[in-house]
Amino acid sequence: MSDSNSTYFIPDPSRWPLVGSIALFLTFIGASTMLNGSGFGTFIMGIGIAVVVYMFAGWFAEVIGESLQGKYNQQVDVSFRWGMSWFIFSEVMFFAAFFGALFYARQLSVPWLSGEGAGALTNMLLWPDFVMDWPILAIPDENAFIDSLFYETIPAWGVPALNTAILLSSGATVTFAHWALKNGNNRALCWWLFATVLLGFTFVYFQAGEYYHAYTELNVKFSSGIYGSTFYMLTGFHGFHVTMGATMLTVILIRSMKGHFTEHNHFGFEAVAWYWHFVDVVWLGLFIFVYWL
Amino acid sequence: MSYGAGHDDNHDHKPTGIGRWLFSTNHKDIGTMYLIFALIMFFIGGAMAMVIRAELFQPGLQFVNPQFFNQMTTMHALIMIFGALMPAGVGLANWMIPMMIGAPDMALPRMNNMSFWILPFAFILLLSTLFMDGGAPAGGWTMYPPLTLQLGNAFPFLIFTIHLLGISSILGAINIIATIFNMRAPGMTFMRLPLFVWTWIITAFLLIAAMPVFAGAVTMMLTDKFFDTSFFSAAGGGDPVLFQHLFWFFGHPEVYILILPAFGIVSQILPTFARKPLFGYASMVYATAAIAFLSFFVWAHHMFTVGMPLAGELYFMYATMAIAVPTGVKIFNWIATLWKGSMTFETPMLFSLAFIVLFTIGGFTGLMMGITPVDFQYHDTYFIVAHFHYVLVPGAIFGVMAGIYFWLPKWTGHMYNETLGKWHFWLSAVSVNVLFFPQHFLGLAGMPRRIPDYNVQFADWNMVSSLGGFVFGLSQLLLVVVVIQCVRGGQKATDQVWEGAHGLEWTLPSPPPFHSFTTPPQVTEATAHS
Repeated sequence: MSDSNSTYFIPDPSRWPLVGSIALFLTFIGASTMLNGSGFGTFIMGIGIAVVVYMFAGWFAEVIGESLQGKYNQQVDVSFRWGMSWFIFSEVMFFAAFFGALFYARQLSVPWLSGEGAGALTNMLLWPDFVMDWPILAIPDENAFIDSLFYETIPAWGVPALNTAILLSSGATVTFAHWALKNGNNRALCWWLFATVLLGFTFVYFQAGEYYHAYTELNVKFSSGIYGSTFYMLTGFHGFHVTMGATMLTVILIRSMKGHFTEHNHFGFEAVAWYWHFVDVVWLGLFIFVYWL
Repeated sequence: MSYGAGHDDNHDHKPTGIGRWLFSTNHKDIGTMYLIFALIMFFIGGAMAMVIRAELFQPGLQFVNPQFFNQMTTMHALIMIFGALMPAGVGLANWMIPMMIGAPDMALPRMNNMSFWILPFAFILLLSTLFMDGGAPAGGWTMYPPLTLQLGNAFPFLIFTIHLLGISSILGAINIIATIFNMRAPGMTFMRLPLFVWTWIITAFLLIAAMPVFAGAVTMMLTDKFFDTSFFSAAGGGDPVLFQHLFWFFGHPEVYILILPAFGIVSQILPTFARKPLFGYASMVYATAAIAFLSFFVWAHHMFTVGMPLAGELYFMYATMAIAVPTGVKIFNWIATLWKGSMTFETPMLFSLAFIVLFTIGGFTGLMMGITPVDFQYHDTYFIVAHFHYVLVPGAIFGVMAGIYFWLPKWTGHMYNETLGKWHFWLSAVSVNVLFFPQHFLGLAGMPRRIPDYNVQFADWNMVSSLGGFVFGLSQLLLVVVVIQCVRGGQKATDQVWEGAHGLEWTLPSPPPFHSFTTPPQVTEATAHS
């Protein structure tokens, strides 16, 4: 690493960071006004999201261009690696907040509300009929939320188990793609990547089907008490991340078909592969703690 | 995207015009923008503090209505923490880290610029809430539900401001880690890093681990408000206390995010003006890491009165006490650094010495409140207000001030006006104690925080506190005068600036070239740190 340090790479001034900041500003100001009940806000948010997409496309195109021109030395590659790995760590902590909420509800707040331990009086005075159960089919105060009752949750050993198999397989196929890339076999790389993208979007398709089933037939909703809240928050953010990951994989597939990657120089591929393994691991946590146990 | 064909990557060639700032990829320009932004926010937040102290000058309602008073306390905290102190710390990191480790710039210069430019937009969102239906956030900066859920149109703006600030902090922290891990000059091993760089590595890890949890917590609050989830509603099986747990899981590391860079600055300054190497360098590094590590396991000491199980109360009390050990190591190391040193008392040194004494007072009151049964008495009184203002104002802010005076000659190439600097210090150091020390008495006597009116028995000390506050507020204008004078001209600064200064940043000219080190310097044990 130290050999290539003789000249540093410092990018020229770039407009993308400012474009990105403005895009986020528009998105959030639009989302805020939308949530406050103004249709105009939705419009602003739409523009903001479009500019976010434009920023990502433009910024990455610039970086890919610089990479292809050979401007990046080993040191830049390592900086990117540090950056991506700690970005993924921050994502892990983001999910940790929602897992924390799930564990808190299951281990503390629901037992307390049903009269366990220090919660005896709460139960007696507020909702004496509420009994501990998980998933809680009936919430402590049914009048507080409209139509919150449901009788059934999604069983772990149906589509969720299938989705687990799909995501785990996609983790394997992306590794096969990496091996092919390291062996200089671009054809195999593209096919394995294609398989990974296909598996990724299949997962999203099945997940959407499960949501539809849960909402329309089981009456499990975002508003169905703490079960519905944690269920949709965790699986929803995960599904969003899978969609992002699959989109990133698609970009990498296109770049692979263009022959952008070599045996020794393919950080873009590896970053997305790391990200893909991350969504995989989060799903395992979800499958165990949300669906199974 | 390329601006002008003449831009070569490594040449000392400044872009010109407004584009230099808007599209910057330069750590010094971005650092300057951070610092100017922090200064502006410092005065906006400070103006709100003046409103608070004016209202509390006498019992009874004088100037503002209670709702607006609550907006002021909430916004003052949010602006000072996220708008003034954190950006000031990142600004100093931007300026100094590449120079201290022998690098040309930050590792990811474009992302660096994005971290900064998110901030002004975030604060436009937040400040705009002052003019909305229902007013600005008024439920306290801790945003506890269900109170904060009752906020008017400002609610989603508050949540999304937090998201923007989180994105900015995480991008900034990632950049700092990548820079320090990957851009060090040959020979600059980890245990040769200047302590300011060390404290920033650790701060960056705190940011990356804590900010996403905060983002998750406010996201849940957003869905509770608009999509009928029940994370923080007992009626649906959730618990409002869950928010407090999540918030303080972020909030406690956050206070170390604010103070650790100040620890680093003071650890640079004391050896310089005592003309002695820092006492116990390695133990300083380990103590800082220990403080940061422990900060993730003590959060519920902010919640002793909320009704936790007894085991929780006890655990969080003892864990909190443990933090005093590494903090004590640091304070004794600073004192040992001064021992038998050839000290001189320039403004940065004065601020650093005041830091040690006054931060320690704040640390001790923190220990008092870490004792569960005692906290039952002090919780949400002016005692806690006095405590955290002691650690944040003569603690973190004095640390930043010391850093500004210390490095200003390096940045501008001119010496600042030492007389004015000393005036700034003495006025600040005296008035800050007049401002915050009486609040200990008020709190012990039972005056609650976040309230615009109070019993007449609290009148005298409130008046004293307000007078101290006005003097402290006005004194800060001197800093602006000193900085502007120093940027414009003054006695030429040498490369080393201070007689006792050691380290790579002092080998560069004052002001340093646009890109600090274009060829990496060779670092040896002798040239490494002071």
